[in-house]
Amino acid sequence: MKAAIELKNITKTFGSVYANKNVSLSVNKGEILSILGENGSGKTTLMNMISGIYFPDEGQIFIDGEEVIIRSPKDAFKYKIGMIHQHFKLVDVFTAAENIILGLEDGKKFDIKAAAKRVKEIGERYGFIIDPMKKIYEMSVSEKQTVEIIRVLYRGADILILDEPTAVLTPQETQKLFAVLRRMRDDGKSIVIITHKLHEVLSLSDRVAVLRKGEYIGTVNTAETDEIKLTEMMVGQKVSLNIERDEPENPKERLEVRHINCISREGVPLLKDISFTAHSGEILGIAGIAGSGQRELLESIAGLQRLNDGEIFYHDPKSGKVENLRDKTPMQIRDMGVRLSFVPEDRLGMGLVGNMDIVDNMMLRSYRKGKSVFLERKGPRDLAEEIIERLKVVTPSANTPVRRLSGGNVQKILVGREIASSPTVLMAAYPVRGLDINSSYTIYNLLNEQKRRGAAVIFVGEDLDVLLELCDRILVLCGGKVSGIVDARATTKEEIGLLMTKLQEEGQNNAE
Amino acid sequence: MIATVINKAIAQGIPLLFGSTGEIITEKSGNLNLGIPGIMYMGGSCGVIGAYLYEQAVETPQAFWCIVIPLLASLIGSTLAALIYSFLTITLRANQNVTGLALTTFGVGFGDFFGGSMTKIFADGGNLSVKTTADYFKTTLPFADNFGAFGEIFLSHGFLAYAAVIIALLASWFLNHTRAGLHLRSVGENPATADAAGINVTKYKYLATCIGGAIAGLGGLYFIMDYTGGSWTSGGFGDRGWLAIALVIFALWKPNVGILGSFVFGGLYIAYSYISGLSRSAVAIFNMLPYVVTIIVLIFTSVRSKKENQPPQSLGLPYFREER
Repeated sequence: MKAAIELKNITKTFGSVYANKNVSLSVNKGEILSILGENGSGKTTLMNMISGIYFPDEGQIFIDGEEVIIRSPKDAFKYKIGMIHQHFKLVDVFTAAENIILGLEDGKKFDIKAAAKRVKEIGERYGFIIDPMKKIYEMSVSEKQTVEIIRVLYRGADILILDEPTAVLTPQETQKLFAVLRRMRDDGKSIVIITHKLHEVLSLSDRVAVLRKGEYIGTVNTAETDEIKLTEMMVGQKVSLNIERDEPENPKERLEVRHINCISREGVPLLKDISFTAHSGEILGIAGIAGSGQRELLESIAGLQRLNDGEIFYHDPKSGKVENLRDKTPMQIRDMGVRLSFVPEDRLGMGLVGNMDIVDNMMLRSYRKGKSVFLERKGPRDLAEEIIERLKVVTPSANTPVRRLSGGNVQKILVGREIASSPTVLMAAYPVRGLDINSSYTIYNLLNEQKRRGAAVIFVGEDLDVLLELCDRILVLCGGKVSGIVDARATTKEEIGLLMTKLQEEGQNNAE
Repeated sequence: MIATVINKAIAQGIPLLFGSTGEIITEKSGNLNLGIPGIMYMGGSCGVIGAYLYEQAVETPQAFWCIVIPLLASLIGSTLAALIYSFLTITLRANQNVTGLALTTFGVGFGDFFGGSMTKIFADGGNLSVKTTADYFKTTLPFADNFGAFGEIFLSHGFLAYAAVIIALLASWFLNHTRAGLHLRSVGENPATADAAGINVTKYKYLATCIGGAIAGLGGLYFIMDYTGGSWTSGGFGDRGWLAIALVIFALWKPNVGILGSFVFGGLYIAYSYISGLSRSAVAIFNMLPYVVTIIVLIFTSVRSKKENQPPQSLGLPYFREER
């Protein structure tokens, strides 16, 4: 078989971070190649370099054996490469046909009817169902994806790259898409699909290329592999981090989540029947592929997400009373005397106000204190100074706008503020994302400190090594469901890796 | 009588039509140019200045130059004003609302300063009048009188009035039936998508804003040359610029609907003068009518929320390519 694209020693860095390091792989003509890897393993970055979004720092790209330079999506189209991004790039008020011919300068007369006819022809050829005159805003997600795919085919692409195409599809739609992709392969086109769903890899692709932390691990023939082997390639060997971990002291039920369900405004289920209990004095880790419901879960506990079903009970450590937090606003939760702290994923969006200084950001938590019409600034200022000193925040002064600080320092301020109220429940979503090693360990120590104090700590993480060493128990989410709660001291990376991807497969089988 | 009223309504509506067609083209690129009132005022003032200087410079002004010189002066003035707006909002990504309002203040000041200066220097404090030029602008079709009421309503206007209607029709055709029109609309709806499709977003935004400004400026020129018969007075243009922007909403961003809308607005604007016995305060209420109608249209379209009748999705937002 001949290689349609060959990548040799591709390296791409963002700042000091390697997104791709020395990656070499090839895509054959008439095959479906899966690119498999965890979040942040550099799959999308690598494909973006082929489709002209990014330019590699080092390395070469060969198409049909000849070296090419791809600087823009237009260049990519010249080499018959088309990429279907995860977030669709479509104009809502245009019809399918108008979107498909947008930006196309083929020198022919502008004729939307002729274009619509060709769109229909392409659809029929590969078994798509498409109405070229339908407006995008009237379309379902899967129809929009069809428009994106046809747009690429309309420009004569021979190499199609699909970035997580099934993330937004129902199982039935996924099956239809796969049928279409197989037909394209039989038509001689090369198809690359980026995914982290193992069962899709196994059912669809001819070969699988695995990336881990930006590095190329290897390519295997799908027929010669299985889930266990692929998971091993994907997650790799366990790395020892030496994060301290004490045995939980006198754990008691603190937060009890019972059968919660949550459906998005578009009618997509976000959380499906989630139940678990978080104990005092322990760190409960939450693992899962990004977008499996982590954010919604934490937000429903914090009172930011409406639930369709289920209950959230809080066991008050002092009075021993049990209170239901469901459908309470954050303000009501606070007024009930529940000391709940939340370190959200989006630090400068939800956690802190970038343009305000450290003292003012402290006041976001305490502005309702005091009776005077004037604000009391002494307390927040003292708190800010204390956090700066204790957590070694590098800042010119307490009056510096937080957006001017580095990511690690911003996070220290946010976590510092949240633990200052001595919480009984502390939730932290990806608290070490983007932080250097030292700042990360500072955050781990702070979480451990809260655990020893007797708080129930919920830690949402993406690095399995960290989860395994920091947490006492790990809850694994998959597609909005709990696919397992495991003892972090006894489990393995592979087990969690499988739980992160497996349930979806079972759910799909059930649905069919 | 009724024919006269309609004739006056049309004459009143033409400057609004120029303004709204220009603003629609601008807004289709995602630029909310609130500087249109200033640009229209500048377009009118520059036209008068050009005409006046020409009339002073020659013994007997020629018809051809009497038309071309003010026309060019007006186009250049309003295009330059729109260029200022484009540079600030597209290249420097300044806030569109602030820039537009500043441009309106600037345009009115510019017109008043130069118009006023010329009045003082040349007309010795009297009226700055370019009647000769204006007469050429007002020349109607010679056979208009032979057609009775039809002639009075439709045929007895200066050439700029017909130009306004033709430009509006062309703009509609351009937006809906050409490749460049499709590209322009995509820039206003979703510039990131347009960019990814290989469309030069900056170029489209600049061109649409400058051409839109030039068209709007003609509204100012028509007002002075045709409507007032060539006499420049400070502030005479009134709130017509804002009415033009209201008309954009009334016309649901469709230039061809704007033609009808401008005549309705024109009629509402002068309705008070045909109702006898109105007090001054009642006149003020009548002057509000076009705005009231616009608000009603806004309420209706918002309630029905048909996507096609909404403003371009990225209207008022600056665009810059996201970089990681």
